[in-house]
Amino acid sequence: MNKLIRAFTKDSALVPLVAIVLGLIVGAIIMLIGGYDPILAYRSLLETVFGNRYDFGETLTAITPILFTGLSVAFAFRTGLFNIGAEGQYIMGMTGATIIGVTVHLPWYIHAPLAVVVGAICGGIWGMIAGYLKAARGVNEVITTIMLNWIALHLANYLVNRFLLEPGKGRSYMVDDSASATIGWLSRFMDDARMHWGMFFALLCVIFFYAFLWRTKQGFELRVVGSNADAAAYAGINVNSGVVKAMFISGALAGLAGVFQVLGVFHNQVIAASHTGHGFDGIAVALLGGNTPLGVLLGAILFGTLSYGAAGMSFGADVPPEIIRIVIGSVIFFVAAPGIIRWLLKRVSGKKRKEEAI
Amino acid sequence: MNKTAKLFTGIMLVASLTLTACGAKNNNGGAASPSESPSASPSASPSASPSEGAGTVDGKGFKFAMVTDVGGVNDKSFNQSAWEGLSRLKDDTGASVKYLESKEATNYLTNLNKFVRDDYNLTWGIGFLMGDAVKDAATKNPKAHLAIIDNEVDAPNVASITFAENEGSFLVGVVAGMMTKSNKIGFVGGIDIPVIKRFELGFVAGVKAVNPDAKVTVNYTGAFDKADLGKAAAASIYNDGADIIFHAAGGTGNGVFNEAKERNKSAKPDKKVWVIGVDKDQSLEFGDDVTLTSMLKRVDEAVYRISEQMIEGNFPAGKNTTLGLKDDAVGLPETSTKNVPKEVLDKVEEYKQKIVSGEITVPTAK
Repeated sequence: MNKLIRAFTKDSALVPLVAIVLGLIVGAIIMLIGGYDPILAYRSLLETVFGNRYDFGETLTAITPILFTGLSVAFAFRTGLFNIGAEGQYIMGMTGATIIGVTVHLPWYIHAPLAVVVGAICGGIWGMIAGYLKAARGVNEVITTIMLNWIALHLANYLVNRFLLEPGKGRSYMVDDSASATIGWLSRFMDDARMHWGMFFALLCVIFFYAFLWRTKQGFELRVVGSNADAAAYAGINVNSGVVKAMFISGALAGLAGVFQVLGVFHNQVIAASHTGHGFDGIAVALLGGNTPLGVLLGAILFGTLSYGAAGMSFGADVPPEIIRIVIGSVIFFVAAPGIIRWLLKRVSGKKRKEEAI
Repeated sequence: MNKTAKLFTGIMLVASLTLTACGAKNNNGGAASPSESPSASPSASPSASPSEGAGTVDGKGFKFAMVTDVGGVNDKSFNQSAWEGLSRLKDDTGASVKYLESKEATNYLTNLNKFVRDDYNLTWGIGFLMGDAVKDAATKNPKAHLAIIDNEVDAPNVASITFAENEGSFLVGVVAGMMTKSNKIGFVGGIDIPVIKRFELGFVAGVKAVNPDAKVTVNYTGAFDKADLGKAAAASIYNDGADIIFHAAGGTGNGVFNEAKERNKSAKPDKKVWVIGVDKDQSLEFGDDVTLTSMLKRVDEAVYRISEQMIEGNFPAGKNTTLGLKDDAVGLPETSTKNVPKEVLDKVEEYKQKIVSGEITVPTAK
């Protein structure tokens, strides 16, 4: 546990906090220039998130997918991989869950878990393709994951359109109730907000993330591969299988985000014209959280709060959505910039310094 | 490092100021200052717009709202048109209006619920994709009133509005059939879904009604946002000898206009090609030298009219309203007179009367 706290505070938790405050200040200046009241806007944002049970529940629902994708990207980062493909893995997770939810009919205690597992495996395989190409052919995972995002989008559209389409609706059939991950009593308690098991799974995954990487031999090996692949190979660790394994786990985490969007929120899959952006938000969440489990959790909470509260700014303070996007963008910018800069510096001068240090 | 950081912050600030200035200008029509863009394009209204004379209802104290789909309120298409309708309602009746944009599909329901739970008199879901969310919000809040465009929602407190695109397309088909010199005409569609199919069927029927010899080439590009595909489709149809193309393909159609413009630059006057626009009066955007006419789909009119009925107390709850020629919800813009001769427009009017009276039934798609 000490290590966990150190892992988070090592890079000083102050950096992201200052970044958030700076982002909010710039946002406030922009709103002032646009002739809107920033204090009222931020108050509406908070009121929207914490104002009543319904909105609070929906905020939790908004946090869940980006917590999953944030963990996914952070996990790959820890193994030295830049997984930009969380978006595609998310879509494959959705598709897997939809296929099981719609076409198979089973009692709930098998159906829902099966849909979750199949969705996670679909996402995992999608990540593993990029991992395999990297391990066997040396193809950079940045390029393959980006390309796989588009393949996933159109493959999912094809599958839904061809096999699962409910005529005249532009989406798949609804998944069976037995596959639903909605928590009925909690939804009723939260005033009909769409509460589902996903958020508890996401919290379990936060614990898994920590336990696996810092408490198991395999996790240790993956982290060594991430820190220095050559040293890992020298120490007798199989780098290639580590890369494939890491991309599978990373993909499965992103896949779970999609699984619970289908089983818990929509209960169907639409033919999507473009990406949802959850996978890309995951990159920012991972950077913001410094690739640590606790950091990712806090980052996802910030992101989810901002994106759900944005509607409140529009509703309560009449701030047009374009300006809200600038406000959120500047928060993300300030939050991500130090991380990006630090990461780049490490990449460029990291090797030399380490040699000197030794 | 410190200097760099300062410099960087400075640049950021300047950049954000500039960006905001641009943004603010665009947003004058937004929720904050809806004083502008009331009757978005008066010239675009079909001849007898019934609502314009009837704007005397007092709607003070009524609250209307709409939720856009992911296209956003400035999509140059139905979301924008719907907001223009609500803005006009505010100016005419004094009702208060507001909109929320949906960033992604999860927001549809939460945005609708925001208005519903704040006791808005009527909440609009704009677009086919909002169907499930409107249904959900309506069933869980049986006392609220909702309405949806382009979809049919089966709930006792929802008004569903769809359009008879086939009827309006029939009329532009009449124009194309009478004005073609080569007897070859093209249709470029977006995705092959029922709503676009209605455009095609109506158009072809209109052409055949006045010019049975004309050949209509139909091409579905499979996308609403690929101008390059539209351009390629238009090029092959024009190369085949066609001189008029009707597009029902959203952003893909911009490529059709582009291709026609390039051809007209080098072509002799007798080889001039034309495009028939869709949804809005596209001659305002692409110019009269290439836009023959447009098939208007008056989402603004529909939003205005149904909201007005809400104020008057006869909201069509639980009903599916199909707005067609008889409601002036589809049709030709007044600017058509610039390029379409009077005898053709007379013929159009004649067919319009026949369709309204039921003498002609235009084929449709479900």
